[in-house]
Amino acid sequence: MFGQSILSLVIWVPILAGVAVLATGSDRNAALARWIALAGALLGFIVAIPLVTGFDTSTSAMQFVEKAAWIPAFNVHYHLGVDGISMPLILLNSFITVLVVIAGWQVIQDKVAQYMAAFLIMSGLINGVFAALDGILFYVFFEGMLIPLYLIVGVWGGPNRVYAAFKFFLYTLLGSLLMLVSMVYLYFQSGGSFDIQTWHTTTLGMTAQTLMFFSFLLAFGVKVPMWPVHTWLPDAHVEAPTGGSVVLAAITLKVGAYGFLRFILPILPDASHELSWFVIALSLIAVAYIGLVALVQADMKKLIAYSSIAHMGFVTLGFFMFSPLGAEGGLVQMISHGFVSAALFLCIGVMYDRLHSRQIKDYGGLVNKMPVFAAFFMLFAMANAGLPATSGFVGEFMVILAATKVNFWFAFVAATTLILGAAYTLWMYKRVVFGNVTNPHVEEMRDVNAREILILGVLAVCVLAMGLYPKPFTDVMHVSVVDLLAHVAQSKLP
Amino acid sequence: MSDFLTLFAPALPEIFVLAMVSLILVIDAALDDSKRYIAYVLSLATVVGAAFLTARDFSAMPVLALGGLFVDDPLADVLKLFLYLSVAVVMVYSRDYLRQRGLYKGEFFVLALFALLGMMVMVSASHFLTLYLGLELLSLSLYAMVALQRDSSVATEAAMKYFVLGALASGMLLYGMSMVYGVTGSLALGDIAQNLTDGTDLRIPLVFGIVFIVAGLAFKLGAVPFHMWVPDVYHGAPTAMTLFIGTAPKIAAFAFVVRILGQGLESQVAEWRDMLVILAVLSMAVGNLAAIAQSNLKRMFAYSTISHMGFMLLGILAGSQNGYGSAMFYVLVYALMSAGGFGMILLLSRAGFEADQLDDFKGLNRRSPWLAFLMLLLMFSMAGVPPTVGFYAKLVVLQAVVEIGYVWLAVAAVLFSLIGAFYYLRIVKLMYFDAPHDTEAISACPDARVIMSANGLAVLALGILPQPLMAVCVYAVGASF
Repeated sequence: MFGQSILSLVIWVPILAGVAVLATGSDRNAALARWIALAGALLGFIVAIPLVTGFDTSTSAMQFVEKAAWIPAFNVHYHLGVDGISMPLILLNSFITVLVVIAGWQVIQDKVAQYMAAFLIMSGLINGVFAALDGILFYVFFEGMLIPLYLIVGVWGGPNRVYAAFKFFLYTLLGSLLMLVSMVYLYFQSGGSFDIQTWHTTTLGMTAQTLMFFSFLLAFGVKVPMWPVHTWLPDAHVEAPTGGSVVLAAITLKVGAYGFLRFILPILPDASHELSWFVIALSLIAVAYIGLVALVQADMKKLIAYSSIAHMGFVTLGFFMFSPLGAEGGLVQMISHGFVSAALFLCIGVMYDRLHSRQIKDYGGLVNKMPVFAAFFMLFAMANAGLPATSGFVGEFMVILAATKVNFWFAFVAATTLILGAAYTLWMYKRVVFGNVTNPHVEEMRDVNAREILILGVLAVCVLAMGLYPKPFTDVMHVSVVDLLAHVAQSKLP
Repeated sequence: MSDFLTLFAPALPEIFVLAMVSLILVIDAALDDSKRYIAYVLSLATVVGAAFLTARDFSAMPVLALGGLFVDDPLADVLKLFLYLSVAVVMVYSRDYLRQRGLYKGEFFVLALFALLGMMVMVSASHFLTLYLGLELLSLSLYAMVALQRDSSVATEAAMKYFVLGALASGMLLYGMSMVYGVTGSLALGDIAQNLTDGTDLRIPLVFGIVFIVAGLAFKLGAVPFHMWVPDVYHGAPTAMTLFIGTAPKIAAFAFVVRILGQGLESQVAEWRDMLVILAVLSMAVGNLAAIAQSNLKRMFAYSTISHMGFMLLGILAGSQNGYGSAMFYVLVYALMSAGGFGMILLLSRAGFEADQLDDFKGLNRRSPWLAFLMLLLMFSMAGVPPTVGFYAKLVVLQAVVEIGYVWLAVAAVLFSLIGAFYYLRIVKLMYFDAPHDTEAISACPDARVIMSANGLAVLALGILPQPLMAVCVYAVGASF
């Protein structure tokens, strides 16, 4: 019955569930709000499953397409569709949303309904970002997701949450507003169309391409985030509640990287080739310099935030190698980072709920009190460091291989992450988990409960599965990536 | 007899409003305070009746009447319907507020309806004289409305400033009109347009006249550098009057500008476009920057109005049907948001307490999650963040500007709206992130709450489905030019 509108369901089920959760009202009905939220998140995930089962991996064309007139006055359509690039991201998002709802089950006691609703609505909007094939529709989802995220950071965040929320919102708004002007310009250049696939074939001069390249780069670079516009991320991460950090790291950063593949590369191929050195330089700085910055962090969340920036540097580096290996490596890295960073933030959340500190120095000897947790944390730390057989290794290795083909020194700098990543992650792990218990409060910490084991266990399975057998993931994206790169190889100069 | 009817038929809504105002004036004199609701109901009935007449005699083609003084076209009819709506909404929002402050008197209704009549004449004018007549009828009513709270020194000061500066602006406008008359030999917009298209060698007097006209218009719109009155009047006037000034007159002002520049001086677009560029950029810059520094919400909205009017001018300066249509969409959306913003201040105010400080919104989410949510929608809409309708208002104006090749202007506009986003976000921050500072229960009456909900949800609904309103604007402009 809903066969023709799977993508609409994927978008609107979480949003409507969010509205239903809001309708439960005050905290007197908190239990009800939680259950509705869980049901909504699960339903949102279930309706996304047909995207995998019905996906045709042999074509790069858009699938599950829906198209209807939305604003005929400006030729704007409600146009949805997914290919091998966007489908895995939708699935990742729907999956993470379930975990986020479970993770906030006991921790959030204040304004529960609003908290759960914000996450559900944001989840629907993010699915919309990945599914939209119309520029304005994309922009509406892309900007709309800022509103719930702003509230999540600002209402449930830490002491410096107001500063973080403003910084995050205004930074991202700056980029997207300039992108909006570019989109309007494209509308006229393409003869009055907001269709993204039409834009892929629109002829553009070099000056226009260059200017638009920078506007899109700013919009998506802020979201990724790339050095030097990354400074909002550590602030937002540190102040956000655990669920907020998970969504920020696992999903919203991917929105930026996705923009590179959907907009920058295919719409502006000549500028992308011409200015690839610029993006590569920024990516390598992110990998190497931000890796060093992560090393000196005293706050665990900040450390993981910086590690996220370094890992996302890998993603953008992979995209601008202009080879299937690099682009697929970047995509695999995106998915893997979604699992690993979500897991690490959840681990920190587990510790924070017990000790109310994120400082590394407040911990030590955790393994004595929380052995099960320590084992999980170990796995995710290793994945973050890029240990073979975990998902973290696959993407990094693919990108490094692709970089070697282009330029040895790119690969050389990129490979420093294998050392730096291991250094900052494992050093943090050592200080937190091993050694003797020095803080008396750590003595009182109890090991993970069933709910936490469930979340971490599911993520552990994902990390290992993707590390041991990544083929299903690369199969899904391969045809679309090859087609994208073939498209990017063609000049669009008039 | 039938000639007489044909002559006046297009102006039937105006005649009806005038007759009703006179009637209300007489009836109200006989009412004591306990029966004041009769004047209120009659005023609402007037608005509804006028809406009925306008809708019934909707003219799909421009019809000139009263010897070319008056035009009944789709643009006028559509704008009039929105004027009725906004005046009716203002009356519902204001009732409790006025009653608590001893302003719930016949004068308010009579002045509001006279102002409405002035606005109706403005949107239907096709002649400099009718334009001016409507403008003055509106302005004089507004001056008196601002001064209605006569024991308040702030309000009196505001009214005085408004009057002096408004009179100055009217003088400049008249002076400019007289120059244009000297060049073209006509006061009717159609003849002026015709004469100017044919060409004139009196360039200097013409441009001189256009400068004065634009300056006068900028005064009325509150565009920088002619904006000085806006913050003082918005701040000083009783909030109900500020609400009135901030909504319907903006729609009328849009019509006024489009009638003069777009219809009368259309061929001179190259002359006035550059002037409007300067006004628009300065308005967006000053409005958005100065709004950040305000601690009084009414003053903040005043500066925000200045920036919004600057943004609307971007649409007009495109000088195309597309541009006028987008400016119309922008101004209608602005009136909707502005009604909601000031309406919220009225709703949160109570006897002896004005909720017009930023701090009064602290922790609103704890006091009333629903009102906070509506205000959140309104603020994000003013900031132009989707999925609220404010985004489409900005989008359509931007595309009109990009269409004429002024990409840099679009970039400047979005950068200023980024600055603007800060102070709207601050309101959201106060409502959601902070603890309440005022703990009294909110004592708004149910009908105002219903209208408020409709107002806030309209911002979201039109944001999800903007097509109907856009189609109306495209149609109204397309069928009238």
